[in-house]
Amino acid sequence: MAKQVRQLDRVIIRFAGDSGDGMQLTGDRFTQESAAFGNDLVTLPNFPAEIRAPQGTIPGVSSFQVHFADHDILTAGDSPDVLVAMNPAALKANLGDLNKGAAIIVDTHDFTARNLTKAGYAENPLEDDSLAEFDLHKVDLTGMTVEAVKEFGLSRKDAARAKNMFALGLLSWMYGRPTETTVEFLSKKFAKVPDIRDANITAFKMGWNFGETTETFIVQYEVKPAAMPPGVYRNISGNLALAYGLVAASVQSGLPVFLGSYPITPASDILHELSKHKSFGVTTFQAEDEIAGVGAAIGASFAGHLGVTTTSGPGIALKGEAIGLAVMTELPLLVVNVQRGGPSTGLPTKTEQSDLLQAMFGRNGEAPVPIVAPQSPGDCFNAAVEAARIAITYRTPVMLLSDGYLANGSEPWSIPDVADLPVIEPNFATADDLAEGEEFAPYKRDEATLARPWAIPGTPGLEHRIGGLEKGAGHGNISYDPANHDLMVRTRQAKVDAIADSLPPLEVDDPSGAAKVLVIGWGSTYGPIGAGIRRVRKAGYHVAQVHLRHLNPFPKDLGDILARYDKVLVPEMNLGQLSLLLRGKYLVDAIGYNQVRGLPLKAAELAGVIGDLVSEAEGIEVDLTPVPQEASK
Amino acid sequence: MSTVELPFPGLQGVPTTDEKQTGKDFTSDQEVRWCPGCGDYAVLKAVQNFLPELSIKRENVVFISGIGCSSRFPYYLDTYGMHSIHGRAPSIATGLATAREDLSVFVVTGDGDALSIGGNHLIHALRRNVNMTILLFNNRIYGLTKGQYSPTSETGKVTKSTPMGSLDHPFNPVSLALGAEGSFVARTIDSDRKHLTSVLSAAAAHRGTSFVEIYQNCPIFNDGAFDAIKNPDTKADAIIPLVHGEPITFGARDETTGLGDKALVRAASGGVEVVPIASVAADQVLVHDAHNPDPSTAFAISRLTDSGYLNQSPIGIFRQVERPAYDDQARDQIRLASQAATTPATERLAGLINGGDTWTVV
Repeated sequence: MAKQVRQLDRVIIRFAGDSGDGMQLTGDRFTQESAAFGNDLVTLPNFPAEIRAPQGTIPGVSSFQVHFADHDILTAGDSPDVLVAMNPAALKANLGDLNKGAAIIVDTHDFTARNLTKAGYAENPLEDDSLAEFDLHKVDLTGMTVEAVKEFGLSRKDAARAKNMFALGLLSWMYGRPTETTVEFLSKKFAKVPDIRDANITAFKMGWNFGETTETFIVQYEVKPAAMPPGVYRNISGNLALAYGLVAASVQSGLPVFLGSYPITPASDILHELSKHKSFGVTTFQAEDEIAGVGAAIGASFAGHLGVTTTSGPGIALKGEAIGLAVMTELPLLVVNVQRGGPSTGLPTKTEQSDLLQAMFGRNGEAPVPIVAPQSPGDCFNAAVEAARIAITYRTPVMLLSDGYLANGSEPWSIPDVADLPVIEPNFATADDLAEGEEFAPYKRDEATLARPWAIPGTPGLEHRIGGLEKGAGHGNISYDPANHDLMVRTRQAKVDAIADSLPPLEVDDPSGAAKVLVIGWGSTYGPIGAGIRRVRKAGYHVAQVHLRHLNPFPKDLGDILARYDKVLVPEMNLGQLSLLLRGKYLVDAIGYNQVRGLPLKAAELAGVIGDLVSEAEGIEVDLTPVPQEASK
Repeated sequence: MSTVELPFPGLQGVPTTDEKQTGKDFTSDQEVRWCPGCGDYAVLKAVQNFLPELSIKRENVVFISGIGCSSRFPYYLDTYGMHSIHGRAPSIATGLATAREDLSVFVVTGDGDALSIGGNHLIHALRRNVNMTILLFNNRIYGLTKGQYSPTSETGKVTKSTPMGSLDHPFNPVSLALGAEGSFVARTIDSDRKHLTSVLSAAAAHRGTSFVEIYQNCPIFNDGAFDAIKNPDTKADAIIPLVHGEPITFGARDETTGLGDKALVRAASGGVEVVPIASVAADQVLVHDAHNPDPSTAFAISRLTDSGYLNQSPIGIFRQVERPAYDDQARDQIRLASQAATTPATERLAGLINGGDTWTVV
């Protein structure tokens, strides 16, 4: 039977199943195939905190969404065009996100009475007309997989486990994905268990063949490669990019990385990754607790290494006192917070950006800490290098605020040229810096940066004591003098403020220059904000965007930029933390758009909010239907 | 007491000096601010005078402390030092010692700092066996916060926070350290300069974590806590001296044999017990073996510490065994991994970030 081929500019697929069904792997392979094909893409893994939540239940559903396109895209997409549901719970948990007409591919094998009950279905949705408004494909994925891999003599359970590869094969056919990388991957992954390797490869190929021959699917889709700027690309997740950024910061500064860390979701993968890079002189220390992790990193920083600690919000809460010690002792330290839903244990596997105020103020005393935030998975690399630059140059702890979405999400990354990376000078102090007869003053400051000398143990003639007690300006001995304390508190603040002198001007994206509404964000909302803005612009309206990498200190031109616009919108995955800071510092009437659902903001919703503001600011009716060319309405 | 020659295994990798150093070289210009009569003075003096004996460069010595009276210690030594935060000194020292093989790292802590707020870090440093020397000043009271009971105070102690007597069962620091499988565990007394110095020397010689509990009198909030072991009239019956290879006896000394009138023997229960020496044959008296890989006997001996008025307490090196040090092994892994890395770091970095499935857009 002749198949049709239909062109699409972008597709969003969500693979959903039980947490043991291998949906993350399936999604990851589809992503790699799409990356190899040359599409732009963004992914959104979403999984439960439990390793194996009760099988077949809604809390046990794990999903992986991939958005791929023939053009540059910014988000993982609001609503899937295709849902692959491996069981009733996966269908029920994800159905609400689908628009009318979306395709649903279900594994009929798992729609048993028992599984339907577990998912809370009174009737089998495949047998009534409750899914009538969708393009439903009922396929016995498990049954066909078991049949296809019979020859390998696996147990029924092991045979059935290859069903995710059957599904991947089917979807790979449907979207014309290249299959070589997946076959290669499976050969390597299961090299030690040939039966399982062969079963998975066979299931994958049979899935493809099924698509090609069955009458269930008559349309094959084509999403052409995206026109991307020239360069070498790879697909990369935020945690991997961040780990690479730390290695790069080590190479560029000549300081070995010392990571002190305690495992915590969603930051642990940075520890895992860095533990592989001992050949770069990286030491990874899995500490007994969060406090020991940062403590050991501070000890290593004192010793002249690049001390790093990685964690998530609950860990930062525990490390607070030690970060204050690094503020007081003015030692370089990188504190990475891969934010997750809070408070307390909160939503360990879901994303949120609700630790900004914790990063700003979560210590006793006046304890300013510079804050740097990446805006996309690949950007975690540059953000890590920048955080290290600030920490080393200014002798200060720096908070690097990633989040769960950046950590686990991925995108094509244009691999930088190492020659273009900044060189970071540690400038250790030596006795040669002293004039004849001059005594070493550990709190004497550089005039431009206000940084103090970093004199590491082993340096003759510079023996000194630091600590958490207030130190006298210059000489660094304990001082309880009121005027000295006032001076030191102000100096520590001035040092952090001085970092702004080293920052480039903000990039304001305001193509027409006619916008009255500015949307300002930070961190992982970059994608959804950008996508929302595109929708508004496509409908012919003006809106400007600024995205902050530096949250403390703010760039020097931020105040002027904010003052140029009638309305300032601040979308955040919290209840308005950046808004509070902007209001406090610039007396601007920042308008919040706040969602704390554990998921990235939705571009369509944002577009609506921006549209409403444009309407208000310009006194016009706003209709977000795209117009052929970007003519002002 | 130490029979180990210089340079000590514990100091291998630390640069030495031929220059003659004195206690003065290790004394900072800061005024010492402990209360008059505090046992800390004696320990400070002993440390300042013992450090020159190590013949290592002063700039390679680092003292890390936590919070409490004793934790002011680093300010008074002209070495590198950090007065850190409450209980966390062992973790900071772990990072320091692991990062740098060429440093001799000391931790100064107290009973509150090490056993209460920082208990977790102490036991983990001991089990990892990071190369450092931990000096635990045990005055059995909270001094800096003005007199609350500590985790080594005797049960029933009446303090500001326990007007009807404390309910806490105290820690025996030596038992705790042995339980955490410390490779060097000792106890000494602030006022016995000779014993203190010999234990410090053995601790510095040891590679791995050396744990030294120092009984230290707080004349303000807990004066007399160690009277039984300090009073010339009672100390012979109170101190059970531990010397490797020698029978463990105490009490009134026999001039000819040099043995005390009380001896340690194996108890029927499996532990050890004190008996009159006259009641047992000479070969039944327990000979102290600090090098025994099995810590059970050392632990049994540590249990003879009476944690009330301290009527009786074993003093000396309970345990001294060889076990790989965490920091040595961590550095070995890096050395091993780095052997193949012969190209410049920037080249290897480029290789790293260009790894995985890549594609080129032209």
